[in-house]
Amino acid sequence: MIIELGHMALILALCAALVQSTVPMLGAARGHPGWMAVGRNTALTQFGLVALAMAALMHAYITSDFSVINVVQNSHTDKPMLYQITGVWGNHEGSMLLWVFMLNLCGAALALFSGNLPPDLRARVLAVQGMISAGFLVFILLTSNPFLRMWPPAANGQGLNPVLQDPGLAFHPPFLYLGYVGFSVAFSFAVAALIEGRVDAAWARWVRPWSLASWCFLTVGIAMGSWWSYYTLGWGGWWFWDPVENASFMPWLVGTALIHSAIVVERRDSLKSWTVLLAIITFSLSLVGTFLVRSGVLSSVHAFAVDPLRGSFILILLVVAIGGSLTLYAMRAPALKGGGLFAPVSREGALLLNNVLLASCAATVFLGTLYPLFLDAVGGAKVSVGPPFYDRTFVPIMVPVLIAMAVGPLLSWKRGDLLGALQRLWIAFAVAVLFTLGTLYATYGGPVLAVFGLGLAVWTGMGVATEFAERVRLFRIPIGESFRRAINLPRSAIGMSLAHLGMAISVVGISASAFEQEHLAIVPIGGDFTLAGYDFHFDKVENLQGPNYIANDATIEVRRGGSLITVMHPERRYFALQDQTTAVTAIRTNPIADLYVALGDPSENGGWTIRAYWKPLISWIWGGALVMAFGGVVSLSDRRWRVGAATRSRHAVTAQTAAAE
Amino acid sequence: MKAGLRNLLFILPVMLFLALAGYFVLALRSGDPHELPSALLNKEAPRFALAGLNGAGVARDALKGGPVLINFFASWCVPCRIEHPLLMRLAEHDHVPLYGIDYKDQPEDAQRLLAQFGDPYRAVGLDRDGRVGLDFGVYGVPETYVLDSTGRIRKRFVGPLTAQQVDKELLPLLKELGRP
Repeated sequence: MIIELGHMALILALCAALVQSTVPMLGAARGHPGWMAVGRNTALTQFGLVALAMAALMHAYITSDFSVINVVQNSHTDKPMLYQITGVWGNHEGSMLLWVFMLNLCGAALALFSGNLPPDLRARVLAVQGMISAGFLVFILLTSNPFLRMWPPAANGQGLNPVLQDPGLAFHPPFLYLGYVGFSVAFSFAVAALIEGRVDAAWARWVRPWSLASWCFLTVGIAMGSWWSYYTLGWGGWWFWDPVENASFMPWLVGTALIHSAIVVERRDSLKSWTVLLAIITFSLSLVGTFLVRSGVLSSVHAFAVDPLRGSFILILLVVAIGGSLTLYAMRAPALKGGGLFAPVSREGALLLNNVLLASCAATVFLGTLYPLFLDAVGGAKVSVGPPFYDRTFVPIMVPVLIAMAVGPLLSWKRGDLLGALQRLWIAFAVAVLFTLGTLYATYGGPVLAVFGLGLAVWTGMGVATEFAERVRLFRIPIGESFRRAINLPRSAIGMSLAHLGMAISVVGISASAFEQEHLAIVPIGGDFTLAGYDFHFDKVENLQGPNYIANDATIEVRRGGSLITVMHPERRYFALQDQTTAVTAIRTNPIADLYVALGDPSENGGWTIRAYWKPLISWIWGGALVMAFGGVVSLSDRRWRVGAATRSRHAVTAQTAAAE
Repeated sequence: MKAGLRNLLFILPVMLFLALAGYFVLALRSGDPHELPSALLNKEAPRFALAGLNGAGVARDALKGGPVLINFFASWCVPCRIEHPLLMRLAEHDHVPLYGIDYKDQPEDAQRLLAQFGDPYRAVGLDRDGRVGLDFGVYGVPETYVLDSTGRIRKRFVGPLTAQQVDKELLPLLKELGRP
C-alpha cells in the first residue's frame, strides 16, 4: 500500500513538474503575475511529493518488503539497519530517486529563498528547474521505477554488494548528488538570463552562493569517495582516474572556474557570456557523468547495471538539456555586452587565467575519460588510458594554477601591480626555495618531482599567508589592531584564504605520497617485520562472526623502540550470500603519517600475506579538501549575500510588470 | 567579418556538443566490448624479449610449441581489474598458458596488484616504455592475443575479456589450435 502511495506521489510529482516548467515560463513571457507565482507553489508541492516517494521506498527497505523487486535485489534481512537504509541509494533506481529528491530539495530552497528576485527572473529560473526535474521523473517512471512489485514475494532478498556495505560509501552519494544537482540552479539561472538577454552584477550575486554551496558539497563528496577507495580497495590508492571519479571531478573543476568567474561578473561587469557558458557546462558535465555511469558505455569499477534503453533515454535528455541550452547560448550570448576594460595584469586578469587553466584541466580529464569512447567509435573498444596519461597532461597544468594562486589575490582590480605583488611575495618565495632545497638535500636520492610538489604547496600556502598578513597589515600596525582587523575582515575574504590554504594542504598530501614505504610478505603467525622504523608483530588470527559475514581477524602489535604504539586488526570478511570476500584494512592515522595494514590470503604453510604501508602526510589530502569546503561555507556566511542582494533596479521591473497588466 | 567570426565562436559549444552526442549514439549502438581484428592477424607476432616481473622473463621465441595467450595489462587500468577474475579462472580452472605483459607500469605497482588479486600468469614481462605494445598495435589495456604453436597471432581481444567471449570463442579456438 505504502509502495503504491509512493508510486502515485512520484507520478503526481511529474504532473507538478510539468506545470512548473510551462506555466511560469508563459507567465513571464506575457507578464502575467499570477502565472509567474505558480512556480513557487509547484516547486514546493513537487518537493513534498518526491519526499513522500523517497520515504515510501525507505519504508520498504526498513521493513524488508520483499514484494518490491528493488528491495529483493538489493536488501536482505540479515543486513545491518544502517545499510538497509543506505541500500536505498546503493542501486540504480534508488540512486536516481535520490538524485531527483536532491534536485527538488534545491528547487524548494530556491522557491523559498528567492523572494527578492525580480518575479519574471524567478519564474523563469523555477520553470527551468521544473523542466530538469520533469525529464528525470519521466526517466525514473519509464525505465528505472523502484516501485515495481513482484508476485509471489520473495522469501528473502539478494543482499547488497558487500563492497557497498561501508559507512564511507553509504554516505558519500548524498553529498555528491547535492553537489551535482546544486549546479542545476546555476544552470537554470544561466538559461533564464539567456532568455531575458540580461546578465548583470545582481545576477552574479544570486548565482554565486548557489554555485559555492554546490561546490562545497561536491568537494566533500569527492573527498569522501576518495577516502573510501583509500581504505577499502586494500592497497592505499586514493584516486584512480576512473570514469566515475572523473564524472564527479570534471564538474568540480569547471564549477571551481565558475565560482571564480562569477566574481568578475559581480565586481567588474565583465566575462559575462563566459560565466553563463561555465554555468551551463558545469551542470552539463554532471549530466554527461550520469550518462557515462548509467549507460555502460565506459567500463568502470563503480558502474551500475548496463541497460541500453536507459542509456538512450538519458542521451535524449542530454541532447534536449545541453543541446537546447547551448543553442540558446549561441543565439543570445553574442548580445551580452561586457562592461569595464580588461587589463591583463589585474585581479580580473588573474581570475581569467585561473579560468583558462581550470578549463584546460577539465578538458584534459574529459579527453582522458572519453578517449576510449572515441576509440570505440572508430572500431576500438573499451580500454583505459590511465594515470600515465594524466601524469603527463593534468599535472603540468596544475603547476601554473598553484603558482598563480599565490599571486592573484595580491593584485588589485582594474590595474594590478605585478612587480609590487611579487615584491610582497619575496618571503614566500624565499621560504619555498629554501624548503625545496633543504628537502632535496634531506631526501637525496628520493623522488625529486614530489619535492618540487611540496615546494609548490609551500609557495601557495605562504602566498595565502602573505595575502592575509597584508590585509590585516601585520607587523605594520600593533598586533592588537591587526587582530581586530582580522576579525572584521569580510567573511568572503577569510573563506578565500581558507579555500586556497586547503588546496595547498591537499597538494602537500598528494606530493608526500611519493615517499610512502611498503612491506609485502607472507608472515607466519608469531612473525615480525619492520617498516619505516616500526616493529610489527603478527600475533594471531581469529574467526569472528559478523551480522552477515564471517571474518578472519588478525591481531598485529606495532611497537616503536620497544613501546607499544597500537594494536591493529585488519580483517578479511567472507559474505556467504554473495560468495564474496572483502578486505577491511586497519589504519592508524595521525597528521604525520598513516600506518596501513591489509590482510591477504592465507598461504599453504600457515602464514598470511600481509601488506603494510607507511604513508606520510596522506590524511592531508582529505584534510585539505575539508578545509577547502569549510572556506566555501565561511564565504557563504558573508553578510553580502544577505544584505542588499537584490540590487538590480527593482522599480524598473515593477514598472515593467505594471505596464504589462 | 569580425562579427561573423565572433558569432561563430558562440556556436562552437553547441557544435562540439552535437559531435559528442553523435559519438554517444555510436557508443550506445556498438554495445558490448567487441573485438578488433589485428593488422597482424595470421602473421608472426612481433619479436620481443622482456625482463620478467618475478624472475623469468617472457620472449616470443620461447613461447612457440603450443598455443598461448598474451595479456597486456597494467596496475593503473581499471578494466583490467574487471577482467582479472576471469584470467584467474582461465589459469586455475582451464589451465590455459597465460603470459602477461605489464604495459607502461611500475613493477612495484604490478606486484602489488598480483599480490592482491592473485597471479594468473606463468610469467610476466615488463614493457615499461610500451615498445612491445607499440609493435603489437595495442590501443590501450587490457588486450589479449592468442598465439598458435608457430608464434602466429590468431586472435585479438580488445578490452576486458567477457565470460561469453571466453566460452564461445577463446576456449574453442585454443582447442582447435591443438591444446589438449
